[in-house]
Amino acid sequence: MAFSDKIRGLYELQLKGIQDAGLFKKERFIHSPQAADIEVEFPAGAPLKKVINMCSNNYLGLSSHPEVVKAAHVGLDVRGYGMSSVRFICGTQDIHRELEARLTEFLGTEDTLLFPSCMDANAGVFEAVLTKDDVMISDRLVHASLIDGIRLCSAMHDTFKHSDMAHLEEKLQLHAGRRLKMVITDGVFSMDGDTAKLDEMAALCEKYEALLLVDESHASGFIGKTGRGTHEKCGVMGKIDIITTTFGKALGGASGGCVSGRRELVEMCRQRARPYLFSNTIAPVVVSGVLKVMEILSASTEKRDKLEKNAAYWRKGLSEAGFVLREGDTPIVPVMLFNAKLSQDVSQALYEEGIYAIGFFFPVVPQGLARIRTQISAGHEIHHLDRALDAFIRVGKRFDILGKTKQDIIQMYGA
Amino acid sequence: MEGLKDVIRDYVTKEYLEADSDPLDNDTPLISGGIVDSFSMVSLKRFLENRYRIQIPDDKATPEAFDSVNKIATLVEEFVAKKG
Repeated sequence: MAFSDKIRGLYELQLKGIQDAGLFKKERFIHSPQAADIEVEFPAGAPLKKVINMCSNNYLGLSSHPEVVKAAHVGLDVRGYGMSSVRFICGTQDIHRELEARLTEFLGTEDTLLFPSCMDANAGVFEAVLTKDDVMISDRLVHASLIDGIRLCSAMHDTFKHSDMAHLEEKLQLHAGRRLKMVITDGVFSMDGDTAKLDEMAALCEKYEALLLVDESHASGFIGKTGRGTHEKCGVMGKIDIITTTFGKALGGASGGCVSGRRELVEMCRQRARPYLFSNTIAPVVVSGVLKVMEILSASTEKRDKLEKNAAYWRKGLSEAGFVLREGDTPIVPVMLFNAKLSQDVSQALYEEGIYAIGFFFPVVPQGLARIRTQISAGHEIHHLDRALDAFIRVGKRFDILGKTKQDIIQMYGA
Repeated sequence: MEGLKDVIRDYVTKEYLEADSDPLDNDTPLISGGIVDSFSMVSLKRFLENRYRIQIPDDKATPEAFDSVNKIATLVEEFVAKKG
């Protein structure tokens, strides 16, 4: 037996270390489709509880949309369940190319390549287009999947302070001698809900002849007047060299992602990106669902408009109640609690009140900046937001944090 | 080495701290304290290597060895001494 007691003990010790550090993750089992109202089993074995979901990435409320579900059913019936092949052998259907064309049009780019996930897109894109003679300069708060992709690439890497354009410019000057420079950022930062200064970044990239890559996972479908993303909001559509994004959030929420951008760069990914080359792409049923999502979003801005109104309503309500919020104008609204244990206690108290919202703390967010990250959806109605706000206020009063400053809360609970 | 700790502290302050951050002392935990993340540590390593003309192998450039100005200074002194 290879898995001896000694080996088992080794892993038990590691797992205990994770538990002792308070970093042990537990899943909550949802017994209903993804929506504003869900039924949750937590902890495992507990009776089901009806709660309002305030922490999903279902920004546009399309995860269980009847038209998307119906289109997926049709796709399943007409195109089958799986492809049993990677794309370049016999795993590409016409609908894969159709979806790539729709995404190219939607994002305002030159070409698009599907990946099994945006995690895979980010893991594969850098090594496909850069070499050891190049440099990658990333914002310090980019998503973990970008960090993993950067680590897999032989190009030099460097970072700049979050959204600090002067620091980015210094780095572009410092690395002037490199063959290629690529600046890397999230469009919307997932933990803070702030948006990248893409207009300034695009101008700097033009000045220093650098490529610009933006992960739009928390933006595609709803940021910008017609939901194209952060580049639309910042007025730089057509100026982003590579966009990576996911279908696992606003765009139906199932799975899959893509690299979209300059034709030659996308083609390099088709030739070289390992997650594309050595893994099946998204299943026909998911392609069919995302195609319907693209149709819905191209026909009307109703959903992103509703999301924008909901997010503004929620932010105003929390702010007037006296919570400390992270500034921003996206559907990600972090309620700042600073202390890690407080974030867990508030999350638990909210759950008891019928509100599902998760607390985040170091190392997911910087030390001393623990928070409840709330995420608003077009699937929320005002009555959901009012009920959630009432619960937040009751819990806020119980912990005596309403109307308090950052310093007050840290004084009461520690950083 | 004269001024080594000042050089390191100045670089860390400029490269990683925000304008409103508390000032660093030589024992402030940098990595475990969340001031420098292990991914961004690379620019500090590169700065030290260029400034003191040394090569710090990756297995020596650990988050533990880079966790304070004092620890970094010890590491740099070790490699400068090896260089002769």
